[in-house]
Amino acid sequence: MARMKFICDSERCIECNGCVTACKNEHEVPWGVNRRRVVTLNDGVPGEKSVSVACMHCSDAPCMAVCPVNCFYRTEEGVVLHDKDVCIGCGYCSYACPFGAPQFPSAGAFGVRGKMDKCTFCAGGPEANGSQAEFEKYGRNRLAEGKLPACAEMCSTKALLAGDGDVVADIFRTRVLKRGKGAEVWGWGTAYGSRQAGQPGGQKS
Amino acid sequence: MIRIAATLAAVLGLAACGEQPQIANRVKQDTAVFQGTGMPYQAGGWKAGDRNSWEQQLKVRTQNGQNEYVKAN
Repeated sequence: MARMKFICDSERCIECNGCVTACKNEHEVPWGVNRRRVVTLNDGVPGEKSVSVACMHCSDAPCMAVCPVNCFYRTEEGVVLHDKDVCIGCGYCSYACPFGAPQFPSAGAFGVRGKMDKCTFCAGGPEANGSQAEFEKYGRNRLAEGKLPACAEMCSTKALLAGDGDVVADIFRTRVLKRGKGAEVWGWGTAYGSRQAGQPGGQKS
Repeated sequence: MIRIAATLAAVLGLAACGEQPQIANRVKQDTAVFQGTGMPYQAGGWKAGDRNSWEQQLKVRTQNGQNEYVKAN
């Protein structure tokens, strides 16, 4: 098994926030905490790009390196998880993370800055798989149910891919090689007909 | 006398070696995900506890669910 990986195809992301909603719903994430969010570059400008961002489950995770209480661990599938019973809510991981993944709920044992919460790749935490305790602290353990992260499975344009890194890389490679550009883009003929607007002999849009 | 002094020095010098580690390294052991949850709403096509069947099922699920070229082209 290769490592579990996310990748977001910025050519496809339409900033619908379906991934964010799926995540919040699946794990009953509280107000003020976004394990996943959509970032748009050059918003409003033609050619803007959006990308869905969460914990990238780094191979050499900076959060693990800086945690003073060593609450992080990595599963055999390469998913970076943490133990909320050990976390002291110091926020070092938040400063270290280049993606801004660690979140700090305002309610809980530490008041204003609660124990850290982040994307689990839908793999739960150290509690028993599928248990109520695991759900309350970390959310659903979809991997143990033989499923993939809800954000990727709910993505309407399949911009967000998640799964075994080798398979995800294959899917992405196939996509990049086949989709082309302009009228070569997959689905263009279905949407606009084979003779597209703007080309010699094409119809007006 | 020298022997007693040497023993005392060794005892005092090595006292720190017996110090308990003070890092909070208490991460619990996590059960492997391929062990399943034992809940009825698991995805089909694999057997809980069998790593290979879990991996294979996830690969098929990734291709079927996220690669529309498999279905459309």
